Parts: sequence; C-alpha cells; structure tokens
Amino acid sequence: MTYLTVLSALGGGALIGLASAWLLFFHNRTAGISGIAAGILPPWHQDIGWRLWFLAGLVFSAPLWKLLGGSVQIRIDTPLIVLAIAGLLVGYGTRLGGGCTSGHGICGNARLSLRSLVATLLFMTTAGITVFIVRHGF
Amino acid sequence: MKSNFSTFISGLLFGLGLVMAQMTDPLKVLGFLDVAGNWDPTLALVMVGALLTLGIFQWFMRKRLKQIQDTDRDLLVSPKAKIDVKLIAGSAVFGIGWGLSGFCPGPALVSLTSGFAGSYVFVGAMFTGFFVFNRLHRDR
Repeated sequence: MTYLTVLSALGGGALIGLASAWLLFFHNRTAGISGIAAGILPPWHQDIGWRLWFLAGLVFSAPLWKLLGGSVQIRIDTPLIVLAIAGLLVGYGTRLGGGCTSGHGICGNARLSLRSLVATLLFMTTAGITVFIVRHGF
Repeated sequence: MKSNFSTFISGLLFGLGLVMAQMTDPLKVLGFLDVAGNWDPTLALVMVGALLTLGIFQWFMRKRLKQIQDTDRDLLVSPKAKIDVKLIAGSAVFGIGWGLSGFCPGPALVSLTSGFAGSYVFVGAMFTGFFVFNRLHRDR
C-alpha cells in the first residue's frame, strides 16, 4: 500500500463523510445509498425528486472525475450470471436489513447506533466468508 | 429547485469520494474482503476517513443532530431502533452478494457511466431486488 493510496483513501472517505453530513444537516436525510435508490421504485410513499437528484449527482461523479484529469479504475472479473445473483442478494438484503455500507456502515455507526454496528459486523463477516469460499475453496 | 441542486451536490461529493478512494473497483474491494489473501486495507481507511469527518460534523452540530434524531423519519439506522431478525437476515444476505461481486450499492451506481456490461447487470438485478422487497413487504 503506497503513501498515495493511504491519502486518497482517507481523502475519499472524508468526502463521503462530508456528503453525508451535508445531506443530514441540510436535508434531514440519511445518506444510505440503498434506501435512497430503492425509494425511486413504487410504492411511492414520499417525494422522489431529491432522491433522483442525489442519484444523478452520484452517477455524474465518475465522468466529472475524469474531466478533472483523474482515472476511474473498474475491474470486474465476476461472471455476469454471478453478478446477476449478487445484485439480487444486495438489493433484497439491503432493504431487509435496512441499510448498506453507507447507511449502516457510515451514517449509523457515526450515530453510535448498535443496530448499525451489528449490521456492519454481520455483512462484513458474510462477505469475508463468501470471498474465502470463492477464492480459496473450503 | 435550490434544494434539488443541493442534494445533487451531496450525491456528487459522495461519488467523488468513492472514485477518489478507488472504491468503485470491485477487485480492490474484494482485496479488502479477502483476509486470507494479500489483504488490502484501503476500505478500512475509507471508513475511518468517513466516520471521522461525519463524526466531527455531528459533534459540532450535536444539538441539531439531537433535534433530527428526535423527529427521525428514517429509523433504520437510528440508535433507537431495535435489532431484529430482519436486520440480521438482511445484512447476512447483503454480505453474501457483496462478497460474490465486490459491489455494494454506491460503487455499483457510480460505475454505471464506465460502460461495463457487469455494472448494468448488477444494478439491474439490484433494483429487481429492491422491487421484490417492496412487493413482499408492502406494509413497511
């Protein structure tokens, strides 16, 4: 791990924290990506405008980063069928659990929510076990 | 309109953070989850950076935070909400999907503009998962 990686990781994290604080204190909203994204689907209980704008900003970030001269590295070596299964599990699981890496992992933990700590430890553990099985077998 | 632009900026900053920290790269994320391999601690540092920053803002705004928490519309990550079977099962299932792909919702959405078939398939399946949940748990 290089010095630059450490800086970009901490700096990127700080930006994520800033974005979450922004949404929390200007809009009274939790920056949980799974919740924001799922909220644009029916049934529509509440307004979806702010969700669409937040997601638009999120999606636009990669082209903007490239425009600023940065590089976006994306390496996917998982077969499409596995990605399809994984996407279903992530979509369903994050809604059932009420949050993902952002909602529980960052926002909930920053609020010292025990619920979010339990969720975070759990999804990190099952993710770790899954990777172990896929990469190293039993 | 002003409010919409503000949430756009929040999403933009969030995405820039993910891109800068290389969290949009599934192989990098899998490198963090693979503790038995050549472990890559980057994701842990990203979490530290995010938690410290948000934590500092929350400390300075602690009175306002308490107001927000007292009238919280979103109890899912609240310290007041209970730990139940849904939380346990959902988080466990999410982790399996995350471990299979190296994608969680934020990075997957940010990766959309890079044109990889894998991104489209994952995000399409993820929204299908959201949809199935909404249909099965209408009351929630």
